[in-house]
Amino acid sequence: MTTFTARRKARIDELAGGRSLTSEAFRRLRRDPVAITGAVVVGLFVVVAALAPLLAPHGAAETFVELKRDLRPGTIPGPMEGFPLGSDQLGRDFLSRMLLASQQTLLVGVLATVIGLAVGVVIGTIAGAFGGWVDTLLMRLTDVLLAVPHLLLAISVAALAANPSQTTVIIAVAIVGVPIFARLLRGSMLAQRESDHVVAVTALGVRRSAVVLRHMLPNAIGPVIVQATLTLATAILDAAALSFLGLGDADPGRAEWGLMLAQAQAYLDVRPALAFFPAVAIIVVALGFTLLGESLREALDPKGSR
Amino acid sequence: MTTHPLLKVRDLRVVFRRRGEPDTVAVDGVSFDVAAGQVIGLVGESGCGKSVTSMAVMRLLPARGVEISGSIELDGVELLALSDSEMRERRGRDVSMIFQDPLSSLNPVIPIGLQITEVLRRHRGMGKAQARAEAVELLDRVGIPEPRRRLDTYPHQLSGGMRQRALIAIALACRPRLLIADEPTTALDVTIQAQILGLLSDLVRETGTALVMITHDLGIVAGMCETVNVLYGGRIVERAQRHRLFGTPRHPYTHGLLRSIPRLDSPPGEKLAAISGSMADNLPWAHSCAFAPRCPRVLETCLDITPDAETSGGRLLRCHNPVPASAE
Repeated sequence: MTTFTARRKARIDELAGGRSLTSEAFRRLRRDPVAITGAVVVGLFVVVAALAPLLAPHGAAETFVELKRDLRPGTIPGPMEGFPLGSDQLGRDFLSRMLLASQQTLLVGVLATVIGLAVGVVIGTIAGAFGGWVDTLLMRLTDVLLAVPHLLLAISVAALAANPSQTTVIIAVAIVGVPIFARLLRGSMLAQRESDHVVAVTALGVRRSAVVLRHMLPNAIGPVIVQATLTLATAILDAAALSFLGLGDADPGRAEWGLMLAQAQAYLDVRPALAFFPAVAIIVVALGFTLLGESLREALDPKGSR
Repeated sequence: MTTHPLLKVRDLRVVFRRRGEPDTVAVDGVSFDVAAGQVIGLVGESGCGKSVTSMAVMRLLPARGVEISGSIELDGVELLALSDSEMRERRGRDVSMIFQDPLSSLNPVIPIGLQITEVLRRHRGMGKAQARAEAVELLDRVGIPEPRRRLDTYPHQLSGGMRQRALIAIALACRPRLLIADEPTTALDVTIQAQILGLLSDLVRETGTALVMITHDLGIVAGMCETVNVLYGGRIVERAQRHRLFGTPRHPYTHGLLRSIPRLDSPPGEKLAAISGSMADNLPWAHSCAFAPRCPRVLETCLDITPDAETSGGRLLRCHNPVPASAE
């Protein structure tokens, strides 16, 4: 008898336990090999970036006598005792610079995406919730931004700054993301406005701000979050491109993959590894975020639910 | 019927205007009263204007491209004259509405408990804990088992019947004086339908809420409504007490509707009586009767003169050639 009531109670718990769409999506993600690959790459990258100061044996700007000794036009020392990846063109530890650069990449990528997301969400919410001339005005502005190729836009914004710095890179890359987020969110907000549950909640006299923020936005934001993971990948590529073009971080004390790639160009015939490692790092990280983003989109698609 | 009705709709006219296209008259001079605690039905086929009427009463129609005229008084207050924020105060508190599809009418990303407490806190000024306790009570009253646990479930985890019960709980949370139910059982199984209708009439009786049932299902009307309004082409073509309407339908449309219901005692193989054709879209009532093209009793005058609404003995009728009272 006790077992019966206990079993019944367990069953009730099981049936009553709330499982949201998000946790449902997370469950699906864990079974998707593509998602796992992406998550592993992204996870490794984040761990390395976070622990870079501890992992890197040397500083980014430190030069070493042992490395400089063999450094002359035509030769750059390769791997040796204490320097697993050898020297760069100025006699600095290449491995340490690679590791430390991941931190800059993560910082720039995440900050640029988050800022772009925040501004885009505000614009998209206002446009989608109010409609009318506000919507028209905001959307024509985003159209103008969208009409410019995104790298060109980033370059233009970065070039506007008197002297390039990490902040200008972040702002430039963030601005590229804004119109994409804004337009995406505005579209799904408009769809929400017509939806039955929003009409139903309006019929209950709920305040407009609550209708927009509690009932429309959480239902509309899904595609935008997915877009953010994908944008993170392009943000990393754009930031690298800006550094490559000389519009990046001017601080020589900080290593950055894009800048490292740009400077390695002159030594391609001497030591191709100097270009190879940063390039591969950029590609792998961007790929990792793309895989994760794509599978996130699939997992959040309610039609794919199993 | 009391002298002072709760809801008084007079000459309600809703016109949809679209650029480059002729106007569509969705509701064309509808008038009806609902007394406190009364249950009335608005019946008609798709496109007859019954849903638009309810949306107009709730003031949920978009402001642009829609022209509403006439008068909708709730408890002596003209709803059409209220500002948006004044109307918002009344929605949910004085008038509430239940929609057709219970799944899409609930917010999928929020647990149902929160959707109930939100309304309670907004209109009844309750605190968080108090609203939660009240929500448990409401869910219990609409027959949801284990209500305390159900507060944290999401709409997609509930069955269709449970969702509709939750929606009813939300709509009745603030004890509105008037509830409009727009085809509340269309999306449900027949067995669940009966439960939900039973629940609705019980709750309405308990709380003294007036109920406007909007439906195309005459079975629902027969079971619940005291007064039945039959709509066609945006106008009320017949209105009578339930028993009189079903016993002696006078309008050929009502007559046809009742005849088109399959009966258990009809011989097997007998064809169902159908009303041929479908409703015309534009200006159906201009210089003729809108039902004339489909009417089995059509006369010459029906094509020339718009029939007026005539009231006699508590029955409103809009027809030149009604079915004789002795028929059927």
